[in-house]
Amino acid sequence: MTMQAASTEIASRTAAIVDEMKGLEGPLLPILHSIQEEFGHVPKDALPVIADGLNLSRAEVHGVVSFYHDFRAQPAGRHVLKLCQAEACQSMRSDAVAAKVKQLLGIDFHETTRDGSVTLEPVYCLGLCACSPSAMLDGEVIGRLDDEKIEEIVAEVRS
Amino acid sequence: MIPRIYIPCDSGAIALGAEKVAKAIEKELKERGVEAKIVRNGSRGAYFLEPMVEVATDEGRVAYGPVKPSDVKSLFDSGFLKAGHHKRWLGSPDKIPFFAKQTRLTFARCGVIDPLSLDSYKSHGGLAGLQNAVAMAPADIVSQVTESGLRGRGGAGFPTGIKWKTVLDTKSDRKYIVCNADEGDSATFADRMIMEGDPFVLIEGMAIAGIATGATKGFVYIRSEYPHAVATMNKAVAIARKAGVLGVNVLGSPNAFDMEIRVGAGAYVCGEETSLLNSLEGKRGVVRAKPPLPAIQGLFGKPTVINNVISLASVPIIMDKGAAYYKDFGMGRSRGTIPIQIAGNVKHGGLFETAFGLTLGEIVDEIGGGTASGRPVKAVQVGGPLGAYFPRALFDTPFDYEEFAKRDGLIGHAGITVFDDTADMLKQARFAMEFCAIESCGKCTPCRIGSTRGVEVLDKVAAGIEAEKNLALVADLCNTMKFGSLCALGGFTPYPVMSSITHFPEDFKPAPARVAAE
Repeated sequence: MTMQAASTEIASRTAAIVDEMKGLEGPLLPILHSIQEEFGHVPKDALPVIADGLNLSRAEVHGVVSFYHDFRAQPAGRHVLKLCQAEACQSMRSDAVAAKVKQLLGIDFHETTRDGSVTLEPVYCLGLCACSPSAMLDGEVIGRLDDEKIEEIVAEVRS
Repeated sequence: MIPRIYIPCDSGAIALGAEKVAKAIEKELKERGVEAKIVRNGSRGAYFLEPMVEVATDEGRVAYGPVKPSDVKSLFDSGFLKAGHHKRWLGSPDKIPFFAKQTRLTFARCGVIDPLSLDSYKSHGGLAGLQNAVAMAPADIVSQVTESGLRGRGGAGFPTGIKWKTVLDTKSDRKYIVCNADEGDSATFADRMIMEGDPFVLIEGMAIAGIATGATKGFVYIRSEYPHAVATMNKAVAIARKAGVLGVNVLGSPNAFDMEIRVGAGAYVCGEETSLLNSLEGKRGVVRAKPPLPAIQGLFGKPTVINNVISLASVPIIMDKGAAYYKDFGMGRSRGTIPIQIAGNVKHGGLFETAFGLTLGEIVDEIGGGTASGRPVKAVQVGGPLGAYFPRALFDTPFDYEEFAKRDGLIGHAGITVFDDTADMLKQARFAMEFCAIESCGKCTPCRIGSTRGVEVLDKVAAGIEAEKNLALVADLCNTMKFGSLCALGGFTPYPVMSSITHFPEDFKPAPARVAAE
């Protein structure tokens, strides 16, 4: 697909989402979530379409997208691994967990492995504070991380 | 009677393997050709016993836990469907000390019923409060809530009834009920547990709030880190709508109330009420200056009740049993019960609902059982990332809004994180500043810039550069942040920082001295 065709494709799929949801009260966040679900990220080419559909300026839409940690400008790896780094997990050595995972995957937080298999992110609380240290792998929660579980996770995302 | 097996679907239990246990039990039932009904309940909140599987017998429910998938075969061999003895046998859940010592009002059904069965909800006392409310004048509902002494459980502790009265008294063509379910504080999971384990109680509380204030639309703003809670709440709202609990005629009355579930996008600051409102409107989650109060000009500029999940979920029991019943629990100006969340490095972590008034020491040592690591407790952080660190010397502080304030702390959303003696309080203080810098919405200078400067100055302290002078600078900076920030993010970040410096000065000594002392 040429670049222009790709951008037309993004625009038309975005327009369909905007059309479907613009009747909601305060529709921008639900629309952005839907777009991220559709494309795996919020493509730059989607922004003018959203702005147009909601009668906002592009700057306003960009401002909202860039404010929230969840919205990605680039697609993530095939898996997304989030490690909780908040206080309750800190008290159970989440720093050591993070160090081990980073070393096993060879990447730092906010990075994706070169083969595109996994993106690693810190998260500040998953509400699993009585089962620390905790993590979330592709939306699935994991508690009381230990070496064995870490190795299992790494093997899973690498396969 | 077909045996019933209860396996929690709470995300804490799932994180500890409940799904795998459920699969193993299903498989075992099939292989043995045994008939049994599996019910997925919420969690009762004892995470040291999760996954806790229960079996309903003629003599009541019997619990087993923590169950591993590898235990399942032997559980069946021991006849667990008839409450047979097994190494994981715990007996009646009500008699397990962690539960027996609690007073469960808000969490009465959590972990007991199937969260998405409206019939179970009703047969366990659900909808009685709303039933009473629809027959009452709005002002009477508001005065009942005021009389109960219920205060905002999100952290600020503002009297719920007074907030509702302002909305009731403000004339408008449209009003809103907004539930703050952006539970971002570390050590807190009470909102998540209610939404996953007893969603109808929140829906009921919001409907009562709507009728009491004349609001016809509600929003629950749930953080995106809680996908299970979002899914359960969405299902529960659909069920409630179908059953006439929500809609144009709430429980057949002339009152209209409906609601929507909205999902956040990973911004901690959206737990602050005005920034949450901006986020709901589809804007950047930037804090608004107050006044105007949200109760007068809130969502889309309309009068809005914005309450925490637990505040709203505590309303049905007040409307069911009466204000006096609820008010009877607690101490001083902290009335009713509070779900304390015991977290971090602790042996018996979980949710413990009790009347206000237990001391911090009782909570940490007796109920929590000390640290998970077995080492001495060094500090506990009460109230999440913006709460103060308390040393053992302050363990006699009673759990009460005013008593904590007197000791330069806050109870916040009632989360407690326990740290053992390996904790480095300088590191914790630095993290508080770093977290504020990551999550600041950027609107006000003390928070946006102060937090970054705070990290830098604390790094100098850690490096042993003019420690005394730099600590004085941190104190000054904290003072500016405390009094100059618009909201609690910048305004309360000084609590963990200053409490660390005040109570654990040895951790802030210049590096060479720290090494020499070891």
